[in-house]
Amino acid sequence: MATLDSKVPKGPLKDKWTTYKDKINLVNPANKRHIDIIVIGTGLAGGSAAATLAELGYNVKAFAYQDSPRRAHSIAAQGGINAAKNYQGDGDSNYRLFYDTVKGGDYRSREANVYRLAEVSGNIIDQCVAQGVPFARDYGGLLDNRSFGGVLVSRTFYAKGQTGQQLLLGAYSAMNRQIARGKITMHNRHEMLDVVIVDGKARGIIARNLITGEIERHSAHAVVVASGGYGNVYFLSTNAMGSNATAAWKIHKKGAYFANPCYTQIHPTCIPRSGDYQSKLTLMSESLRNDGRIWVPKSMEDVMAIREGSKKPTDLSEEERDYYLERRYPAFGNLVPRDVASRAAKERCDVGYGVNATGEAVYLDFKSAINRYGKEQALLHGDRNPSEAKIIELGEKVIEEKYGNLFQMYEKIVDENPYKTPMMIYPATHYTMGGVWVDYNLMTTVPGLYCIGEANFSDHGANRLGASALMQGLADGYFVLPYTIGDYLADDIRTGEISTDTAEFEQAEKAVKERLDFFINNKGTHSVDYFHKKLGKVMWDKVGMARNEKHLKEAISEIKEIREDFWKNVKVPGTLNEFNQELEKAGRVADFLELGELFALDALNRKESCGGHFREESVEQDGPQKGEALRDDVNYKYVAAWEYKGEPSEAILHKEELEFNDIELKTRSYK
Amino acid sequence: MNLTLKIWRQKGPNDKGQMVDYKVTDISEHMSFLEMMDVLNEQLVNAGEEPVAFDHDCREGICGMCSMYINGEAHGPDRGITTCQLHMRMFKDGDTITIEPFRANAFPVIKDLVVDRMAFERIQQAGGFISVNTSGNTQDANSIPISKHAADQAMDAATCIGCGACVATCKNSSAMLFVSAKVSQYALLPQGQVEATDRVLNMVAQMDLEGFGNCTNTGACEIECPKGISLENIARMNRELMKASVK
Amino acid sequence: MSGFFKSSIGRKVAMALSAFFLIFFLLMHVSINLLSVFSKDAFNTASHFMGTNPLIQFVMQPVLILGVVFHFVMGFVLELKNKKAQGVPYVKNNGAANSTWMSRNMIYSGLAILAFIVLHFIDFWIPEINHKYIAVLPEDPTRYFGELHHKFENPLRVGAYVLAFVFLALHLLHGFQSAFQSMGVNNKYSERIKKCAKGYSILVPALFIFIALFHFFTNH
Repeated sequence: MATLDSKVPKGPLKDKWTTYKDKINLVNPANKRHIDIIVIGTGLAGGSAAATLAELGYNVKAFAYQDSPRRAHSIAAQGGINAAKNYQGDGDSNYRLFYDTVKGGDYRSREANVYRLAEVSGNIIDQCVAQGVPFARDYGGLLDNRSFGGVLVSRTFYAKGQTGQQLLLGAYSAMNRQIARGKITMHNRHEMLDVVIVDGKARGIIARNLITGEIERHSAHAVVVASGGYGNVYFLSTNAMGSNATAAWKIHKKGAYFANPCYTQIHPTCIPRSGDYQSKLTLMSESLRNDGRIWVPKSMEDVMAIREGSKKPTDLSEEERDYYLERRYPAFGNLVPRDVASRAAKERCDVGYGVNATGEAVYLDFKSAINRYGKEQALLHGDRNPSEAKIIELGEKVIEEKYGNLFQMYEKIVDENPYKTPMMIYPATHYTMGGVWVDYNLMTTVPGLYCIGEANFSDHGANRLGASALMQGLADGYFVLPYTIGDYLADDIRTGEISTDTAEFEQAEKAVKERLDFFINNKGTHSVDYFHKKLGKVMWDKVGMARNEKHLKEAISEIKEIREDFWKNVKVPGTLNEFNQELEKAGRVADFLELGELFALDALNRKESCGGHFREESVEQDGPQKGEALRDDVNYKYVAAWEYKGEPSEAILHKEELEFNDIELKTRSYK
Repeated sequence: MNLTLKIWRQKGPNDKGQMVDYKVTDISEHMSFLEMMDVLNEQLVNAGEEPVAFDHDCREGICGMCSMYINGEAHGPDRGITTCQLHMRMFKDGDTITIEPFRANAFPVIKDLVVDRMAFERIQQAGGFISVNTSGNTQDANSIPISKHAADQAMDAATCIGCGACVATCKNSSAMLFVSAKVSQYALLPQGQVEATDRVLNMVAQMDLEGFGNCTNTGACEIECPKGISLENIARMNRELMKASVK
Repeated sequence: MSGFFKSSIGRKVAMALSAFFLIFFLLMHVSINLLSVFSKDAFNTASHFMGTNPLIQFVMQPVLILGVVFHFVMGFVLELKNKKAQGVPYVKNNGAANSTWMSRNMIYSGLAILAFIVLHFIDFWIPEINHKYIAVLPEDPTRYFGELHHKFENPLRVGAYVLAFVFLALHLLHGFQSAFQSMGVNNKYSERIKKCAKGYSILVPALFIFIALFHFFTNH
């Protein structure tokens, strides 16, 4: 097995990035004009990268499958963005953010990358404020912070429950400025269907115009993939309906290694599933766990009574409730990291304490917070002896100000008022830490091909902390890639425009067209969704929150069967040269059907429990941590990067050993 | 429940288009409206017909992709939501539901219920930004205190999702609410002051160029807006434009 | 600044400004007419002053006519542009769900008022101009009340007046508060402004109707 070169610069951790930037090759401004860069995906990472690259002077060609960059799924991030600003004076620092992220990721991320992320995090906030992002402020006019799972400081900046939206609109506005200047050519409603490699370097893409169906060739000196995660491999997830892995998977098939696909985050606070027709799951921000307490009834009778509707959750006294996170993890309580909270909910529901008809829901209760805030507000208003009703009224107002939009969203979906009765929540697939392998420069194993944001594997290890996805996306796009890509492009200043009239483009285009033709001409029997749902079920049941060898092996063979069935029996209506949403879906599901298998293979290979990856065979057998996930640092302290070899199951494993020089490997304890 | 759907079908931008009736059965009241559309489309695909094209993506009311004019209202009969957040409990068994694309000359139909909202993009490109480089060499985020009130108001304006319901609802197909939300966000923040004059002039000029109508202040946009963007923003934009015009 | 009135917002501001002027004029008009109910002499004196004062006659009157014409012409121009912006009409449109009838039908209430103004010109303004500037009849400072009183004999005319003022009320109910919005006034006083505008919109047309009916019934 080959080892991978992460290209992490030498020197002390704290100086790596600074020293590296000082010595990196640069491209002269006059030459940047002659260099084209393709950016696939215009969410937080792609949008910020496109804007910054254009600002630096490169010609950027940006692609989005939606009608506008503003629609990217980054927009759905609710809670906030972390930055080590230490505005609250609670002891935060770059090192602490770095430490929390590595620990939160269960020691499976690359130290140097994470430290760089922490280093630039503060700058992101400066940048966004300068762009007019309306972050929440306190009465003194300074920026407000809140706290998120897995950390002991308040470092999360937020804009109500729409932080992702505001940050994305910030990046979008920066893009718009460059589009107006002609430095970004925006290709909305276009989907990248393959990358073109010329002489071993990424030199362009094949894209489909989703309105006309036309297949287009686009060339560039470098290609940046920022297409997001692959959570929709589960069919049901909190991802957008269109979120897909196609760009990432296509580059994997053309030589980019795919790393740690089994690291998937199951987010603890989502609205539970209500029926088979369900098309997606809705996330309730983790920030709710700042004020909400999670519980299930202590007794089975109460569970049954609630399910039958003869009892309401509000009927249960404090003694009759099991605040299981507070019970199991007194130090972090309801703010344990996501993977821990999700597994704890699953554990309660697996033994029968789920509170809705499907048996897959726990309560998230705001009553104590409403009371606490109500009393505080009453005091502030000079009322030393407030009535119960007054306390509730004032408390609800505070909660509304903090989470109003989330509560409204919940009420619209579930038709229950979460101010009056506890919310029901259950874990759902949310984010994928795994992704395309990249080195310190964010370059994949294909020269000139970069991967940023959720699409790459880099910074979150085996589990991502809340409010870190926005941080990573923007760090990659605004502050990292624009530097590191120059180092590569410095050699390309004399290349001149890349022609699309070459055999490589011809060949790639032909393959793309053949595949599309197949879909349209295949007279199958089942819709694309039929296969996607089947895949999703296998993934959730056998490669979900808890995994074991038997199930994973079954999953691998079942996914293969579904894939074979898909290629025989899929039915795609309509024609090639028109707006055809079923055709778009077919291509994406075809890729998920391959990715799912690699996912299960990776999970099978990693016989340890770490972060979002929980192997039932690997748990602490005794001691205070009994029953908790057991990591195996001796055998699995590596990044598993897979090389494509025709079939997902034949992928070759390459290991990047992780080194921890500035942080001590410990058992993650939130007790 | 069982429903009759009257849906606008149009093959492409140049096709004339017409309303077509469909039946769907066994619809659960817990379904979202788009899940009901999924059921219809699955039914159509299995019957060898072309499914109804409609825009949608996040299905949680934030991306602004979904549109649809349902029973004579943008995003349907409920308030404060997008079509994807509309639930079938808003309808009764036996109902007939009329589903049309968002209509405006500036929003040409691409196919069925899918419309082209590029006009919004061009308006944003005309001035919906603060010209600050993304180099990160800006001053510290806390160096300019901004009153909580102004920040909150800016945030309220900034929550616009660009879905176009305001245009679709407006009897004049006016884009004032959309444009004013962006103008307001920046007008309320000190960072936006530097370019305030050019911004409002350019954005309004582009809005007019795209062929959107004028504002009659009916207030329909505010009511149908899934994010509750206030008419105050339009008033603020009017002030900003007056101010900019005398400068 | 010239570009301002070419923009959609500028035109709305111009509509609002002309509206404010007309609203002010209505207030003047109704005040003087109201005198006719209480005192014949006071009405005659006021009318004589308005009819003979050169500032009113040669400055305010043309400005008023211009204001009316401008308001109508601009209203039509905007309406045409708005119609063009709409494109294909909806098969089903539930306008009542989100807006008032008045706000959606300003053009129709406006047209009704326009028709009324034509009638009004024929009834009062043309005879008046004829009296003063064409036939140059001798001025009698006491003639005004009689002329007014006499006009409201015919029940058809009174009916048309009443109907027109109902349309005026509908037009004002949306138009008055809308003019503030167009001028950019939307703040903590807006609710109060809206109430005042509503009061005005009902009161002033009601008074006109009252005056018409008063003269009609005192005629018979």
